[in-house]
Amino acid sequence: MPWRLLRFALSNKHPEPRMFTRHDTLKPAYDVVIIGGGGHGLAAAYYLARDHGITNVCVLEKGYLGGGNTGRNTTIIRSNYLTPEGVKFYDESVRLWQDLSTDFDLNLFYSNRGHFTLAHTDAALRTSRWRAEVNKHFGIESEVVGPEAVKKAAPMIDLSCGGHAPILGALYHAPGAVARHDAVAWGYGRGADLRGVEIHQRTEVLGIDVVGGKVTGVRTNRGNIATGKVLCAVAGSTPRVLDMVGIRSPIYVHPLQAMVSEPVKPWLDPILVSGSLHVYISQSARGELVMGASLDPYEVQSTRSTFDFPEGLSAHMLDMFPFLSNVKVMRQWAGMADMTPDFAPIMGRTPVEGFYLDGGWGTWGFKATPVCGKTMSYTVANDRNHDLITGFTLDRFRNFELTGEKGAASVGH
Amino acid sequence: MTCPVNGPRAISEFAYGGEIRPMPDPTTCSDDAWADYVFNRNGSPGVKREWWCHTPSNTWFVAERDTARDVIVRTYLYAGDS
Repeated sequence: MPWRLLRFALSNKHPEPRMFTRHDTLKPAYDVVIIGGGGHGLAAAYYLARDHGITNVCVLEKGYLGGGNTGRNTTIIRSNYLTPEGVKFYDESVRLWQDLSTDFDLNLFYSNRGHFTLAHTDAALRTSRWRAEVNKHFGIESEVVGPEAVKKAAPMIDLSCGGHAPILGALYHAPGAVARHDAVAWGYGRGADLRGVEIHQRTEVLGIDVVGGKVTGVRTNRGNIATGKVLCAVAGSTPRVLDMVGIRSPIYVHPLQAMVSEPVKPWLDPILVSGSLHVYISQSARGELVMGASLDPYEVQSTRSTFDFPEGLSAHMLDMFPFLSNVKVMRQWAGMADMTPDFAPIMGRTPVEGFYLDGGWGTWGFKATPVCGKTMSYTVANDRNHDLITGFTLDRFRNFELTGEKGAASVGH
Repeated sequence: MTCPVNGPRAISEFAYGGEIRPMPDPTTCSDDAWADYVFNRNGSPGVKREWWCHTPSNTWFVAERDTARDVIVRTYLYAGDS
């Protein structure tokens, strides 16, 4: 036993600083209030404090840090998108990811695996080629490979997928990676906390005061706050917060479910996604198989799980990997995905002055955490949309100028 | 879910058709009103009137459903605009 552990046994008080400072009361006013203590909100707080010198900031979280979609996703990080706006944006995010562990002094278990999007039909192969060409144009490693490359990377795979969906090829994206998602929220949270940002957990926002089209304050279950700037980063609760400021949006909320198996020996290095079978799978550092599928087919604003989900997902998983038939499912859960009609996020300034939105992140938000923090902190600090997010503003719907990203959604939703 | 024609059936037999929303007249309404109809949704939780279809019998009907708790309140056949 290391001797320093004795201090914890002998001391009456906790002998080391806690991860986060505890604040018993809210201040009457802040320069910026961030609603949502997930990865996106905490990253924005961190970059506001570090890059823009704005530290009179509070982050309000209804539950606990990273308890929403930050802790419910399947941790995949990639940038092989379809539109130029998407590719540039996610590529910047992947670059930020790579040195975050050093930045935080906290191990995020960032693990570069390579990412295969399997194509079972000619149409899927055509989309793969299209994505590969767009990606290569922007200098991102992405190429179409044949079935033999898939077999080489994942030797256990049944290339015929049970005989009814043979793999014709795949889009291979070498920078595809996974990371430990809780640590991302903790790392950003601690970094922001050290720089003076206040993080208030179990604090629910009840209303937002808007006077003459301008934000003036936020009402919470622990008192009222005066502020001129509010950033909303609340994933599946976005429509509820938008109702508080009277903004209409195209966001609709469907649950997205996922599950993990019991831990098994490492056998799967890459991340595999199949659009036709609606599944994706990777193996975590602990050996668990992390598996997901497509959205639930109807609207629900809760994180309930259903039994037909593991049933359907397992059936498709066995098409790909028949040898998994004796592996047990250990947990399943759901997150609330705030979907948009064009599968791109909604970010930036809004018709209400001082109200900034980072939403519509549906099923693709985790990988974008660092770049969202960077671009939203810039947008909030300067009251001007960052160049990387101009394709994602809310007015694009009113102007019929959508950013069609549906082809790059990891599974056919 | 209870189909108004076929009675209680497994949820896998049903398809969701979205919330019932009145359509503005496309020839007379403004571009903004049309964009609002095409894209914007009521994404907040609550009891909503929705289109559902029992797919084996192709029966379209209305379901009132609490989207916060995923509970069906009642189902009935559509009886024109109300």
